Amino acid sequence: MLKYLKNVSTLTLDPDTCIGCGKCTEVCPHGVFEIADKKARILDKNSCMECGACVLNCPANALEVNAGVGCAAAVIMGWFTGKEPSCDCGDGCC
Amino acid sequence: MSQTCCSENSCCCSESTGQAVNISTSLTFRDHWGAFKVRWGVGRTNYRVEPGLYAVGGPDENSPVLVSANYKLTFDTLRKNLAGLDCWLLILDTKGVNVWCAAGKGTFGTDELIDRIQMTGLSEVVAHKRLILPQLGAVGVSAHEVTRRTGFSVLYGSVRADDIRAFIASGYEATKEMRTVKFTLRDRLVLTPVELAETLKPLLMIFGVLFLVNLFAAKPFGVYDFCVFVGTIIVGSVLTPALLPILPGRALSGKGWILGLVWTAAALWLFGWLMPVQWLAVIGYLLLFPAVAAYLAMNFTGCTPYTSPSGVLKEMKIALPFIIGSGVAGAVLILINHLVG
Repeated sequence: MLKYLKNVSTLTLDPDTCIGCGKCTEVCPHGVFEIADKKARILDKNSCMECGACVLNCPANALEVNAGVGCAAAVIMGWFTGKEPSCDCGDGCC
Repeated sequence: MSQTCCSENSCCCSESTGQAVNISTSLTFRDHWGAFKVRWGVGRTNYRVEPGLYAVGGPDENSPVLVSANYKLTFDTLRKNLAGLDCWLLILDTKGVNVWCAAGKGTFGTDELIDRIQMTGLSEVVAHKRLILPQLGAVGVSAHEVTRRTGFSVLYGSVRADDIRAFIASGYEATKEMRTVKFTLRDRLVLTPVELAETLKPLLMIFGVLFLVNLFAAKPFGVYDFCVFVGTIIVGSVLTPALLPILPGRALSGKGWILGLVWTAAALWLFGWLMPVQWLAVIGYLLLFPAVAAYLAMNFTGCTPYTSPSGVLKEMKIALPFIIGSGVAGAVLILINHLVG
């Protein structure tokens, strides 16, 4: 898989709160997590694309990330409109 | 709720009774033609099916329920992979947007899923309490929240519709392969027509301006400039995405810049550096066109399934000043060369 910029992801995991249910390993599309000793562990943080699926599906609230869209056009649109970058940039986009 | 029909095919379903309409698992010429059109951005925002419950094969109360989006391209991709299976399809109203993008927007979300379960009377249709969602829908759906509010448990299936049969056959066990998003050459190429179509409007505006400039130019812009320019757009919007894994570096703008520089230099060399050599224009070309390719490549971040917002912001903060500076300087040099002669 293609790799993007290193050391930028805002993903954090609180091992004390984690209940080791493994939902994060189920939803992560980049294999960022693994379960070891009944706890989740961040295996490959540089592959994290900050989509936020793990945070939303963690029943123990053990995960945090500044989730959003990794889209330059959305960021530029956000600068012009003063809003958070989102996919709602009109007709052309996804 | 009244019975409604969708525009693109004849599937109708009554949401109030939970009666599901049976759908085919084979695609017609019309489906393929529709897919081709939306890949080029034609009528893409209105390519939808009616949300609600659909039946594939002859499902009964024990058959699995698959949840998906009401973008017709998504719906077609899913149903063609369900041949020979008996299952239910619960289609959410994602405003005609695919699962992942809709999940990012929140339309493929917890609330819409819960509403749709209730509207279709799903708990009367099936005896079990299990929903299978596409894994990428997890960006918008909180599984434990859905369970808490409806009693239905949410199981995330494979990322891709091609793997859904294997996922069901294995007793809902996804391999790591099924769980990981890929971005193959084919995946990247199908996205490029829309990128090209997007450049059309600004392109026409630039041509309009150049037409006016030509009225006053000592050396008018010609076919050669046109070719280099169009080539640069193809380099930034098609070639860079296609060659993404083999281009050096990680930032997409950097990859696009390198390929843009190679293209511009090659085009200049082929044409003898604008014989007789016009250094002002040559430098202008080398400043402007790689910057345009870099910008277009940077915009492809929105199409990729691996670029993080923090990363994109970092890339832009570094790349944009260079792109703008280089692009403006190049455009000024080229204009001076053409106007002054």
